[in-house]
Amino acid sequence: MKLGRQMRNFVAAALLALVAVPAAAVLRVDINSGIAAPMPIAVPAFATPAPAPTAAGSTGDLGRQVAAVIAADLGSSGLFKPLDPAAFTTNVGYADVTKPNFGAWRTLAAQALVTGAVSVNPDGNITVACYAYDVFTSEELARQGFVTTAAGWRRAAHKCADLVYSRLTGETGYFDTRIVYVSETGARTRRIKRLALMDQDGANHRFLTNGQNLVLTPRFAPDDQTITYMSYADNRPRIWLYTLGSGVQTALRPASGDFPSMTFAPRFMPGGGSMVFSMSVGGNTDVYRIDLASRKVTRLTSAPGIDTAPSPSPDGSKIVFESDRGGTQQLYVMNADGSGQQRISFGEGRYGTPVWSPRGDTIAFTKIGGGQFRIGIMKTDGSGERLLTSSWQDEGPTWAPNGRVIMFFRTAQSGGATALWTVDLSGQNERKLKTPLDASDPAWSPLLP
Amino acid sequence: MLNRSMTSKVLQVSLVAALIGVGACSTKKKDLPPPPPPASEPVVPPTTGGPAQVPPPAGVQSTSIPGSTADFVAQAGSDTVYFGYDSYELDDPSRTILGKQAEWLARYPNITVTIEGHTDDRGTREYNLALGDRRANAAKNFLAAQGVDASRITTISYGKERPAVDGSGEDAWAKNRRAVTILVGAKG
Repeated sequence: MKLGRQMRNFVAAALLALVAVPAAAVLRVDINSGIAAPMPIAVPAFATPAPAPTAAGSTGDLGRQVAAVIAADLGSSGLFKPLDPAAFTTNVGYADVTKPNFGAWRTLAAQALVTGAVSVNPDGNITVACYAYDVFTSEELARQGFVTTAAGWRRAAHKCADLVYSRLTGETGYFDTRIVYVSETGARTRRIKRLALMDQDGANHRFLTNGQNLVLTPRFAPDDQTITYMSYADNRPRIWLYTLGSGVQTALRPASGDFPSMTFAPRFMPGGGSMVFSMSVGGNTDVYRIDLASRKVTRLTSAPGIDTAPSPSPDGSKIVFESDRGGTQQLYVMNADGSGQQRISFGEGRYGTPVWSPRGDTIAFTKIGGGQFRIGIMKTDGSGERLLTSSWQDEGPTWAPNGRVIMFFRTAQSGGATALWTVDLSGQNERKLKTPLDASDPAWSPLLP
Repeated sequence: MLNRSMTSKVLQVSLVAALIGVGACSTKKKDLPPPPPPASEPVVPPTTGGPAQVPPPAGVQSTSIPGSTADFVAQAGSDTVYFGYDSYELDDPSRTILGKQAEWLARYPNITVTIEGHTDDRGTREYNLALGDRRANAAKNFLAAQGVDASRITTISYGKERPAVDGSGEDAWAKNRRAVTILVGAKG
C-alpha cells in the first residue's frame, strides 16, 4: 500500500542528540488547570552556523520563520504565551544556541526558552536543531535535530514545537498534523463543496477535488495517506476513497459488486484494515462494517430507525454511534461485532456525531437543545457530560491526536457562513482557523511520523 | 557521550543528517493536480421544475403540454410535499398531492421518477442524510401503494445540502423539509 510513502519522504525521524533528562523537572505546564496563566516563553530567531541559500530562502530567513511558526504553534495551544520578539534585548547568535544568556531572558520574565539553528546539509537538505531551556534554573530540558528538505521547513518547526509542548506538558504534541475538510462557496441553495487539505495551522492549503460533485465528511485513514469521504458523483451518493499520493479516487464497493443504495458516514477502524459506515435501505439506516481486503460487508445494527455516525474506540473493540431507536437522536455504544448495544446519553436534548477520543476515555459529540448546537464531551459510559461551546450551530467534532483539543465547524445564524474552530478540553481557548473560503466537516490527521 | 561543544554537536547533526537524508529524500512527494478555478455553475440542477413563469400574451389561452413536467405539476398541484420538524409523516395535503401524482404517472407509464428527500439545516449532517432518505422513501411508498410500479421510482437524499430557500427561521425550514418528485424521461 501507499502506507508510509510520505513518512519516508519527510525525514523528521533523525533523532540525533538524545533528550537530556534533568534530575528534577521543575518547569511544567499543568494542562488540566486551564489556561489562567499561560507560560511565558521566548522563541528567538533560530541562528545559523553560516548564512547560506536554500531552496526555500536563506538559512537566516528560515531561522526567523521557523521561530515564528514554533511560537505560533505554542501560542495557539493557549498554554504558552510567546513573548514579542520586538522586546528581545539579546540576539541569539550561533554560539548562544547551546549557551543562552539566561540572565537576559530572566529580565524579560521568560520562563522557558527555545533556541535553535538552521544549517544546510551537503545534499541540500536542511537540519533544524531545536533546544528547550528552563530559564530560571538555566537547565536544558530537551534537544532534537530535524532533517528535512528545505521546502519542508515548516514540518521541522512543528516537530520542534511538539518537542517543547511534550516536554513541558507531559502530553504528546499535535502540531505536526494536517486537517482535511470541506471548503464551501456559493449560494446556500446550490453550495459548491470541495475537499481541501492543509496543515494544522492553515499553511500548505490545497484543494483535492474541483467542486463538480458535492462532497461531505472526509476522514483520514490511520496512515494519513488515504481519505474516505462521501460524494454525489454520478448522482449516486456513496462512500469514496481518495489516495493522497496519487490523487486516485475510487468508489467503495463490496465484494458483491455494488451497494444497493446510499452509503455514508464512513470512518476507518484502527489499523485501517476495515471501515464502519452507514447505509440507508428503503428509509432504514443501519451501521455496517466492511473489510477492505476481502470487501466483505457485515451488518452491525438492525433496529428500525436511523443508526449512523459510527466511530470506533482507539483499540477497535467498541463503536459509538447515534440512533433514534428510542424516539430521538441519542448515543449508543456497541461491541465491534455489533453485540451489546447500549444507550449512553440520557441528558435533555439530542446527541449526534459522536467521536471516540484518541485516548479512549472520552466521547465528543454534537448536542442539540435549547435552540443551540453545541460541542460536548462525556465519558464512554455517558457520565460526566460537559458542554464545551455555546453557539447557534456548532457541529462535527474531531480530536487532535493527543486528545487535548477538539476542532469543529460553526455556522452563523445570520447568513449561514461556516468556519472551523478549535476549543480545548476545558472549554477554553476557542479559536477560529483561517481558511480561504467557508469551511465545514473537519477531520484531524494522526500525528505525522 | 554528549559533546557540549556546539560545533561538534552540529557536525554530528550534519553527518547523521547527510546519512539519513540520502535515503529519506530520494522519493519526491507527488503533487496533486492544482486547484481548479472556483466553479461558477450550480453543481446540481434546480430541483423544482415548475411551470413556465412567462405570462402568455393577452387573449391567448395556454395549456401545459401533456406529459411534460409543467403538466405534471399543474395536474398534481405540486411536485413537492412538505414535512414537519424531524418527521417523515405524510399529512393530508401531501397525500392529496401524491395521489394526484400517482394518477398522472398512471397515464404516462414510460415516465420514471426520482424522488429527492431534503431536510432543514437544524440537524447534524449524517442524521439529515438518513432523514432525507426516510422522506423520499415515504413519498415513494405512498406512490407505490397508489399503484405506481416501485421499479419506476428511485430515491436520493440530499440531507441538508440543497435547501429550497436560504434563510434561518421556521418559514425557511418549513420550505426546506420536503420531498420533490422529479420526472425522468418526460418530454419538456
